[in-house]
Amino acid sequence: MVGIVLAGVVWWVASVYVTDLPSPVETWDESRVYIMDPWAKRGEMDQGIARLASYSLVRVARGFLLGIAIGTPLGFLLGVSVTAHRMFDPVIQVLRPISPLAWLPLGLVLFQKSEPAALFAIAVCSMWPTVLNTMSGVRAIPQDYWNVAKVLRLSRLTTFTKVVLPATLPYMFTGFRLSLGIAWLVIVASEMLTGTPGVGGFLWQEYNSLIYSHILLAILTIGVVGFLLDRMMGVAEARLRAL
Amino acid sequence: MAYIEASNLSKSFASGVVTRHVLERVSISVARGEFVSIVGFMGCGKSTLINILSGVIAADTGEVRVDGCPTTGVNPRASIVFQNYSLLPWFSALENVRLAVNAAKPEWSRAEQRAQAERYLTLVGLGNAMHLRPNQLSGGMRQRVAIARAFATEPELLFLDEPFGALDALTRANLQHELTRLSSDTGRTVTTVMISNNLDEALLLSDRIIPMTRGPRATLGAPVVVDLPRPRSAEQLLHDEPAIRARTRIVEALTDHVHAANARHAQTRARAAVVPPPLVPADSREADA
Repeated sequence: MVGIVLAGVVWWVASVYVTDLPSPVETWDESRVYIMDPWAKRGEMDQGIARLASYSLVRVARGFLLGIAIGTPLGFLLGVSVTAHRMFDPVIQVLRPISPLAWLPLGLVLFQKSEPAALFAIAVCSMWPTVLNTMSGVRAIPQDYWNVAKVLRLSRLTTFTKVVLPATLPYMFTGFRLSLGIAWLVIVASEMLTGTPGVGGFLWQEYNSLIYSHILLAILTIGVVGFLLDRMMGVAEARLRAL
Repeated sequence: MAYIEASNLSKSFASGVVTRHVLERVSISVARGEFVSIVGFMGCGKSTLINILSGVIAADTGEVRVDGCPTTGVNPRASIVFQNYSLLPWFSALENVRLAVNAAKPEWSRAEQRAQAERYLTLVGLGNAMHLRPNQLSGGMRQRVAIARAFATEPELLFLDEPFGALDALTRANLQHELTRLSSDTGRTVTTVMISNNLDEALLLSDRIIPMTRGPRATLGAPVVVDLPRPRSAEQLLHDEPAIRARTRIVEALTDHVHAANARHAQTRARAAVVPPPLVPADSREADA
């Protein structure tokens, strides 16, 4: 709490010296309509902040689900097969550090439309933590558990569902949590570039309209939503580990 | 013809440039229904041997025949109990046993499988704790679950890899007792090979005890027959005249075998030690002389 107040003070002091930076009070005054009427829809970008955030969230959810739908099986494959790991690890190491800003134009070229391009960028950027964590989860399965599967002569399917999957689940979830964080980072960039309605699109439009207080509103919204998402995943993860 | 017949088993593990020869030309035969213990020091390759006998890992050379047939992989008629229980922590005791029954008896109905699992958990005294997970159970209870799991699949062959190694002395004694009871209660002929580092445990349970030398290149010594009447008890082993005699004889056989092997090792080491040149400079050695 003290930290938040301090950050506010820093913001306020900075706004005194930087002419274009609105103070916290100004920001509140100019953003009130977006916050007090969060579900309003006045125009394409002129909408309540909750509505804008919900557009972004839906987009993130779709991209994230696509990402983990590809990333989880890939992680299992890389964890189980040494050959697959040798083959794909260099590829992953090269693809992983590529910024969403670089993927997005490629997505636009591939899909011709902004929405699938955004989903593509989110999926392709956010899946790596899931891939890598699932992989290390599979590798971290103690030899004991493999022996159990061997000694009980479990079928491949049973081994997967009763041994490999439960043993890997906590790792997978850590991956999901990190992936979701990245997906949320990517959303802003992709909305800014494609100009689609959402928190990121709103931010970029208000920058172009020179309404700087709304930039701050968008930034704070992104931060708070990201924090809440991480908390949610954290709780889910803790539940899972307690099982 | 022995039930389990293993001949010339060798196994080495390579890690980087170093190769560890764990077993060298080990042969063993076990009669149907016999209880054989292999006793040796920690780290001498006992676990490797039982893993090969049970088919968990493959030997580099040699073969294991069960009932005349060469085996590859884990024998469907075998059960194995590990020292560290090896229960799946995300399942309850009952689910752990059911998983084994389900895999061993796929033709049974779910209800039959469940009844079998419950029956064996009750037999090992866990009737009230079936729905607890391994981390809610004590070490002794976990090993009971593991034993129930092994017996519930109705094996003809039982491999015990230091089954009581991680338990305190009292729990150990209880479980040893229950193991013999379970074997006789179920009324089936079970051939058992047990790995142990505890001579008293081996005396209590075995028909024959085979000493194993310290690795690397571990080999088996001459078997010692334990001709004590059954049922045996720990007290009887301590006080009865024939039991004490048997014990002494076995201890002697074990130590003789181990000493002989150690002497051989010492010789090879001594020979090896001559080869490298001395690190002391030549002139200083002359001064000493």
